[in-house]
Amino acid sequence: MNIEDIKKPENIVYRKPALLTDNIMHYCPGCSHGTVHKLIAEVIDEMGIQDKTIGISPVGCSVFAYNYIDIDWQEAAHGRAPALATATKRLCPDKYVFTYQGDGDLASIGTAEIIHACSRGENIVVIFINNGIYGMTGGQMAPTTLLGMKTSTTPYGRDAKLNGFPIKITEMLAELDGTAYITRQSVHTAPAARKAKNAIRKAFEYSSKGIGLSFVEIVATCNSGWKLSPVEANRWMEEHMFEKYPPGDIKDILK
Amino acid sequence: MAFKGIIEVDTQRCKGCSVCVANCPTGSIRLSSKVNGKGYNYAEMVGDGCIGCSNCAIVCPDSVITVYRAKVQ
Amino acid sequence: MAEKVLMKGNEAIAISAIRNGVDGYFGYPITPQSEVMETLMKEKPWETTGMVVLQAESEVSSINMVYGGASCGKKVMTSSSSPGVSLMCEGISYMAGAELPCVIVDVMRGGPGLGTIQPSQGDYNQIVKGGGHGDDHNIVIAPASAQDMYDFVDWGFELAFKYRNPVVILADGVIGQMMEKVEMHPMKPRMTDEEIREKAPWATTGKPSWRNYNIITSLSLDSDIQEEFNRKLHAKYALIEENEVKYSEYMTEDAEYLFTAFGCSSRICEAAVDILRSEGIRAGLLRPITLFPFPHKEIKRLAARMKSMMSIELNFGQMAEDVRLAVEGQCPVGFYGRQGGNIFTPEEVVAEFKKFNNIQ
Repeated sequence: MNIEDIKKPENIVYRKPALLTDNIMHYCPGCSHGTVHKLIAEVIDEMGIQDKTIGISPVGCSVFAYNYIDIDWQEAAHGRAPALATATKRLCPDKYVFTYQGDGDLASIGTAEIIHACSRGENIVVIFINNGIYGMTGGQMAPTTLLGMKTSTTPYGRDAKLNGFPIKITEMLAELDGTAYITRQSVHTAPAARKAKNAIRKAFEYSSKGIGLSFVEIVATCNSGWKLSPVEANRWMEEHMFEKYPPGDIKDILK
Repeated sequence: MAFKGIIEVDTQRCKGCSVCVANCPTGSIRLSSKVNGKGYNYAEMVGDGCIGCSNCAIVCPDSVITVYRAKVQ
Repeated sequence: MAEKVLMKGNEAIAISAIRNGVDGYFGYPITPQSEVMETLMKEKPWETTGMVVLQAESEVSSINMVYGGASCGKKVMTSSSSPGVSLMCEGISYMAGAELPCVIVDVMRGGPGLGTIQPSQGDYNQIVKGGGHGDDHNIVIAPASAQDMYDFVDWGFELAFKYRNPVVILADGVIGQMMEKVEMHPMKPRMTDEEIREKAPWATTGKPSWRNYNIITSLSLDSDIQEEFNRKLHAKYALIEENEVKYSEYMTEDAEYLFTAFGCSSRICEAAVDILRSEGIRAGLLRPITLFPFPHKEIKRLAARMKSMMSIELNFGQMAEDVRLAVEGQCPVGFYGRQGGNIFTPEEVVAEFKKFNNIQ
């Protein structure tokens, strides 16, 4: 069987999802953002809800998420995406509304907005990218930076006395009565990415049931900020990030 | 049942992160010694061991890989 | 004959929102404007018009809820008072940058800081000159009665959608708390989805196959693109200055002396004009109803035949600076104000007027 026999349209088993635009992503090589964007695009496409979905992008590297998925987008001020999503969903209840936020956006400057959106049980989806660092501004300490982890504002490693402790915001949000589904995933391997996609799909489905907020944390890498190659960063994440932020479902009120 | 696959890489969009290489179960991808317009050594298929599992394409952050798969007669 | 109901200025805002087809209100309690949300919650408009009313966790959040709602092409609003509006300034700037229509009611109180809960006009500069970072303008309209509070909601949305720009109803504690008869106009329905798509084709209403996707953003990393956008904004502001200036005059036809005052101060000045007229002094009043756009031309025109002018404000002379710019040195411009929540009486204004003009 030669290459030409295989390379036929009917044999395509995987390709760039239709809802990803042709814009070249501005992310660094190996960045998890691109993979998560792809999974979201696939879920929206497979659910057939392109015309019903409104995305809300944050401030941070993924501020330009709106350039990559072919849906209507709002770009929020730093940390405020859950407030935008709250109004959007309440005013347009037939829409699927999701926010896409990083750890600085969601777990630092936007803690009030995410906690109260969860507490109110807004019927939205939150995709939370946790790579333990501020990527866009040049690799500063994030609320989720691990103890001992070096960043440009913790050049000698995060010291609890000086910098406080990393925050496990996902577990905190699971305590709130308004949340329906809370899970932590990753996208560094194919099995992990497949699981993450299922989680994102479940979150979107739950958001139309009127049962509360669905939250998908993706433990991710920032190889530029971590100063590792993409493959080394994925390994470092497994060895260090997963200890503090173990993947798996944390809450599912329908189970 | 055995499958045979091939991958097609959009070499101009590939950033050479090699996450696909690390995720290939059959060692069928490598970074080319050639570079694309942006100076990245792009991914390419090597040998005939590809089984079309799509692992490389799923983890590709830039969605540059198309996977074909056919049953071996 | 339209129905007249006795109500507070703050209540008039709430009732007007419901009756004028507003889609959503998002707020946070703060004195002296809490009656706005209280009235809305009591009226339960979600059961009648379908209007959404939500108490947010902060003013930061409420203005960003307004951002989200406005992005969907909905008529959304919030209200607050000075310290709360300071928190909203971030969101106001983003909305100016994303060219989103909305109405923000600011029932001013004494400052700076936590200040007092009594009336003030101390946030003129904050709201009229900017309202957040960046080279932008709010459209600012200044009510002087409960009826104005009622009417300005609908007018505010008209301006907001016409120009895709935030509109601030800049009131004060007097106007918010004062009870007056308010004439109710016929109910207006909320916009249908069809009307929204027509009126706000830029809105995030969900991307159908026949159009490109809509993005609401204030971000641009390219200096030239940003500059081009700033130019576009300023062309819009020039158009607003050309078309939307609104003011009222009181006894100006033969006036030799002119007061300028907005909001509650203008009503006190009307009484001061009456006192001066009874003494044979030909005083008049110009009340800017729009603070941005400011009635520069009209003030300049009147200044040409005045012996003097005086700006009367509940602050230390913030609007007076704009008045002096408009007068262009044609006559002396004085100022009198009270601060901290104190209010002048007409007699006090008259006394200060005489002092400034050396009239015994």
